[in-house]
Amino acid sequence: MAYAKNLDEIRALIVSHKRWDLVFASIGVLALMIGVLTFAALFVDMAVKGVPRLEWDFFTSFPSRHAHKAGILSAWVGSTLVMLTTAFFAVPLGVAAGLYLEEYAPKNWVTDVIEINITNLAGVPSIVYGLLALGLFVYQFGFGQSILSAGLTLALLILPVVIVATREAIRSIPQGIREGAYALGATQWQVCKDHIVPYSFAGILTGVIIGMARAIGETAPIITIGALTFIAFLPPPPLKAEPPFISFEWLTSPFTVMPIQMFNWTSRPEAAFLINAAAAGFVLVLMTLAMNALAIYIRYRLRKKIKW
Amino acid sequence: MSGVAGPASSSMALLEASARLQQRRARMVRERAIEGVLFLAALVSVFTTVGIVYVLVKESVVFFTHVPLWDFLTDTQWTPLFDDAHFGIMVLLSGTLTSSFVALSIAIPLGTIIAIYLSEFAPFGLREVAKPFLELLGGVPTIVYGYFALLFVTPLMQRIYPGLPGFNILSAGIVMGIMIIPYVSSISEDAMRAVPMSLREGSYAMGATRYQTATRVVVPAAFSGIASAYILGISRAVGETMILAVAAGMQPNLTFNPLEPAATITAYIVQVALGDLPHGSIGYQTIFAAGLTLLLLTLLFNIAGHVLRKRFREAY
Amino acid sequence: MVAVPAQVSAPLSAKAEVRKLDFFYGEFQALKGLSMPVHEKQVTALIGPSGCGKSTFLRCFNRMHDLYPGNRYQGEIRLFPDDVDILAHAVDPIEVRMRISMVFQKPNPFPKSIYENVAYGLRVRGESRRVTLNEKVEEALRNAALWDEVKNRLQEPAFNLSGGQQQRLCIARALATDPEILLFDEPTSALDPIATASIEELIHDLKEKVTIVIVTHNMQQAARVSDFTAYMYLGELIEYGVTDEIFIKPKKKQTEDYITGRFG
Repeated sequence: MAYAKNLDEIRALIVSHKRWDLVFASIGVLALMIGVLTFAALFVDMAVKGVPRLEWDFFTSFPSRHAHKAGILSAWVGSTLVMLTTAFFAVPLGVAAGLYLEEYAPKNWVTDVIEINITNLAGVPSIVYGLLALGLFVYQFGFGQSILSAGLTLALLILPVVIVATREAIRSIPQGIREGAYALGATQWQVCKDHIVPYSFAGILTGVIIGMARAIGETAPIITIGALTFIAFLPPPPLKAEPPFISFEWLTSPFTVMPIQMFNWTSRPEAAFLINAAAAGFVLVLMTLAMNALAIYIRYRLRKKIKW
Repeated sequence: MSGVAGPASSSMALLEASARLQQRRARMVRERAIEGVLFLAALVSVFTTVGIVYVLVKESVVFFTHVPLWDFLTDTQWTPLFDDAHFGIMVLLSGTLTSSFVALSIAIPLGTIIAIYLSEFAPFGLREVAKPFLELLGGVPTIVYGYFALLFVTPLMQRIYPGLPGFNILSAGIVMGIMIIPYVSSISEDAMRAVPMSLREGSYAMGATRYQTATRVVVPAAFSGIASAYILGISRAVGETMILAVAAGMQPNLTFNPLEPAATITAYIVQVALGDLPHGSIGYQTIFAAGLTLLLLTLLFNIAGHVLRKRFREAY
Repeated sequence: MVAVPAQVSAPLSAKAEVRKLDFFYGEFQALKGLSMPVHEKQVTALIGPSGCGKSTFLRCFNRMHDLYPGNRYQGEIRLFPDDVDILAHAVDPIEVRMRISMVFQKPNPFPKSIYENVAYGLRVRGESRRVTLNEKVEEALRNAALWDEVKNRLQEPAFNLSGGQQQRLCIARALATDPEILLFDEPTSALDPIATASIEELIHDLKEKVTIVIVTHNMQQAARVSDFTAYMYLGELIEYGVTDEIFIKPKKKQTEDYITGRFG
């Protein structure tokens, strides 16, 4: 047998091959470390510079020309209101679309077109959504440079995330459960509302949280709509003292959001403003971290609770 | 049942049957209506695409009545707001391409290595920690990354290249690259994990090591998924805005040298949006023309990716 | 071909009658010209080797095939006493499923409480009064021989039950709506022998209340549990008759070969 090697040669070969294993594993760990170090540097840098600035008045003051007086009040209120609007549109639309595609859609070209669109939109740069909003929402529909426009834009932006999360959650429901429900005489909608949606709830929630975490940090599309960077007032409150007690004026009010405030401060040369920027950035990172952690926690609990 | 009862066709039975028929019709109408509503929700994605194309094309068409397409593609200056206005998109494209190149030279190798490591080498505990961490890394708001690039990475780079300007493509590109790693690694890793164990077992059974199996069997088998990951990374790099707006400056500059400042297509749009542009002015229209270029660029990459995936679709 | 049982002690009425049933999965014909009766308050077993179409046949009874595109029925299954063809296009499959219930091969309890699992069929019919639901849930669980084991933990998740208990829960769920026919699709093939025995005993008790059609790949089970047996092969009904006769003196050689284990 021409190819037989003696035992020594084989052993030497194995040793040299295994060395490659070790080398690659080390490189892999190194690569991971680059990511870890970057994140650590970012976090620590922002914490060190920004945390001292995180006093009560930072959260309750409007921006100002004087750095030590400037705060993020209008920014975080604006962010909260925009997030509410975003969720209001994105969640029903995304869940309904995901439900349709998984439970109702027939295999024809219309469904294909819809699915191709969703995949495509996931790769469209966020600033293009901003342009869409500017041309369509702000001017064509006349919503103006308002929270409503921002909420709609971000809702469209995170729609693919919610749809994909919904679809995956629905897909993990075994067919036996559906058949059991149908066999008891349930209609398609009854199966969806009594079984499909409740059982996929945790997965959907995870997707929504991840989508919102993304939306909170989005700057480009909001700038494009025309959110102003120096807002020294708050949008009108949603609850009023006189009838009809609920107001929607805040939807059409000018506004700003956290990332834009941070951007504004980062663009100033004065060191004091850069500290404010670090503080705002730290708050942003904490919020993103918290939302991601929440999503991961829900995913973990879900895996333990429902054992298909 | 919709059939009429047999022997005892009393009026009672007839009434029952017609009541059930009515119930059935009402139920069917309700079911169809609900399906219609859900279908409309699914159509929103199509409306979004149509909306994007409509808005971009509408303003671009107006733009191109003022600016010849040839000039747009070949002019080497981009000064739309000057009296002597030039509209050479190449200037902005050079910024986009250079920054993307820097970013992808980091994201693609590191992302692939991390994916291979996590999928084929890492112990289970490490993978469970690394995956959420990488999600976190990719989830940090880009404005924060921009700040980091400007105020941490640039000074760091200036120690290596003393003449480095405060705004430069390199720092922005590096940070962008690290931000994109999770996109590349998570999709590549999913593709590799989807390769069935039986293929790996075949390789191990022949005496191959982990490294050999990973590189010679798993990666080729997962190629189409890895290609998707790369395409996503490219789209992400080309479309990134804030990191570049903050750290690379917003000065249009026709260059392929990462050590200089430059404006990308995306940064230019932001710059214009920050200012005050009257609706209908040429300045307003330029951002849509720029946006259209950007969209076509990402579309190009998507199509290339689709073609690549089709050619290398693995059937195991 | 309708084979009439030779010895009939008590007067038997047909609950349903299958007439020249063909079934197509797209272009493929899975069932060919099936005709046989289903006697009321009796257990009818469908046996045959893998792929003979017995599950496909069973699923025609509650129009399960309608859930998936590309399927087509030809022929009739007439349900009595109102003598309606439940396969007709004009007949709403949902109504059929409200009259004919099914227990599946792999127990498929909903991820809800034990109580809610059993109550679901009633809720689908619009029943929401607590008192009525409580009564019917208890009745169904008693009929499924599960009441004593779960009566103190009705609010617990159904997943906490063992495999055999889950299957009995599914039976209770199917019984709660007082079906006219109860279909069993290989109900014990996923269960251990002890659980299997308890289900078989249950089926024996249940037939006094409801007509039962059971698909089983276990011949001994068919012999133990059923009154009438239909032997199928490659989508055709080879022989139908009283169980004892089929197993002791089958009329066709094909049947005999299968029963004696010469093939299958």
